[in-house]
Amino acid sequence: MSRSALNRPSLGTRIGAFVGLAFLNVPVLVIILYAFTTDDRTYAFPLPGVTLRWFEAALARSDIWAAMRLSLSVAALATLLAMILGSLTALAMSRSRFWGKEAITFMLVLPIALPGIVTGLALLAAIKAARIDPGFWTIVVGHTTFCVVIVYNNFVARLRRMPQNWIEASMDLGADGFQTFRHIVLPHAATALLAGGMLAFALSFDEIIVTLFTAGHERTLPIWFFNELFRPRERPITNVVAVVVMIVTLIPILLAYYLTRPTEERS
Amino acid sequence: MTSAIEFKDVSRVYGDVRAVNGVSLRIATGEFFAMLGPSGSGKTTCLRLIAGFEAPDSGAVLLDGQDVTSRPPYERDVNTVFQDYALFPHMSVLENVAYGLRVRKVAGAEQTRRAMEMLELVKLGALAQRRPSQLSGGQRQRVSLARALINKPRVLLLDEPLGALDLKLREEMQIELKNLQRQLGITFIFVTHDQGEALSMADRVAVFNQGRIEQLDTPRMLYTRPATSFVARFVGSANVAEGELARRLMGSAEPFAIRAENIRIALPGESQDDNVIRCNGKLLDVQYHGAMSRCQVQLDTGEIFAAAVSEHSGNGRFAPGCAVVLSWTASDAVQLRSEPAA
Repeated sequence: MSRSALNRPSLGTRIGAFVGLAFLNVPVLVIILYAFTTDDRTYAFPLPGVTLRWFEAALARSDIWAAMRLSLSVAALATLLAMILGSLTALAMSRSRFWGKEAITFMLVLPIALPGIVTGLALLAAIKAARIDPGFWTIVVGHTTFCVVIVYNNFVARLRRMPQNWIEASMDLGADGFQTFRHIVLPHAATALLAGGMLAFALSFDEIIVTLFTAGHERTLPIWFFNELFRPRERPITNVVAVVVMIVTLIPILLAYYLTRPTEERS
Repeated sequence: MTSAIEFKDVSRVYGDVRAVNGVSLRIATGEFFAMLGPSGSGKTTCLRLIAGFEAPDSGAVLLDGQDVTSRPPYERDVNTVFQDYALFPHMSVLENVAYGLRVRKVAGAEQTRRAMEMLELVKLGALAQRRPSQLSGGQRQRVSLARALINKPRVLLLDEPLGALDLKLREEMQIELKNLQRQLGITFIFVTHDQGEALSMADRVAVFNQGRIEQLDTPRMLYTRPATSFVARFVGSANVAEGELARRLMGSAEPFAIRAENIRIALPGESQDDNVIRCNGKLLDVQYHGAMSRCQVQLDTGEIFAAAVSEHSGNGRFAPGCAVVLSWTASDAVQLRSEPAA
């Protein structure tokens, strides 16, 4: 029996794989499909007709674009903060060994390991205790807590794979810590930093649980969706917005995937 | 006169392992110095202490008479050739070599000119634009050498510089390193576990064992007059007799060493020349090495000794299993220092 015959999956396995993929992706297709329906009340199938009118209607609704703008600026700012804090933390944690390091690693990852509802509640309590009005900046801070983890994890994994003696060689040749970071560490780990940033952006953009607790009267896009479901008017508009959101989040995720895919081993 | 490098009672401890245990030494300016020892003996840690990658737990490291113990690597006039070269993969060969000038803010044109000069010195001028990944092991070694020499260090450190090369390349590089050192007049300190390499290249060798220097001497003295049984075995592959055996053979319990080529091996009843020290044994194995063959002999008292027989002395008559007599003169036996209690 040839090697390729051994590696070929059985018919059952292949059918199973397709069913699994369909299960994961058909609901997404449904969303896209019903962005084009002419019926604004039910999910009738087959579609009674196809139209682009909901795109036009969505474009005219200022509440959507305000929510979109807010979500984008929160995500951008949270990502920026996370990239600064996450990369600095990763550098410190990968370079040195100290007492309590494991505990700090654990505490760093906690915001993402804990249920969002706990993080949200904790943040709300803290905001109240500090007598801060919830709003734009509290959302940014809330999102930064879990975005830092994403950036940190990506960056620290790349740093761990970097041979320690590159840093030694650089310092040996006269470079101080900053020069070594700039000329050696950053070129090696920049793609991981960028990928972490993109994942963090995508995560922040559609986060709702922590946001509900920290948003005050502000409405991010996920909160807009949430409200829209209870007061349906022109239902396909939510589908249109969902399609836009999908595109906005998919691009950075695909880029992140491309940037972190394993490349040929370089020495 | 100040030394290029001086260690004053330096110790480095990892957990409960004393990697370097109270080492003091002086390395003269312009010397080709080897640190020899098995892995884990502390030789590489000593090199890293000179480079500044490690700080000693006690003691002081002096460079040209100045205490540099607490200075970071980038403030020491010392450069390193790393065991696996540690070239920067995202830079070209030229950029790798110029790196030391770049971080010292030397002007761009000057960087290129001097880096090309260094590359010519190691005969790699034609490969300046390549990436390290496109080079062979020997070429990477030369780039690493050029990169380390570009800042004109007072001391060049080489960590197992030839370990990753094949035999022929290793022999070429040995000669080249030696020539380079003479040409530049820089102090070279290299770490190796290969006693042949240490003996053939270095002016002086420090033999490390368990974090201490067992003996610091010229290659000839290490080979002919080892001070301890460790040095005798590790450097000269010599036979060492201790305790009861030493008393029986030499009349004193002091350990002694006898090198394989100073032992004469003969069949019982053959002439033993004037050799006064004799012992009987059984031939276990003969290993053919070309000009010499190495005979493993189990003495009647159980120890295993090695004796070398030259090709022309007719070694065909020895077959594994036959009874033999080993003999040597008293002057070929080297008295060793008794091992200090561990």
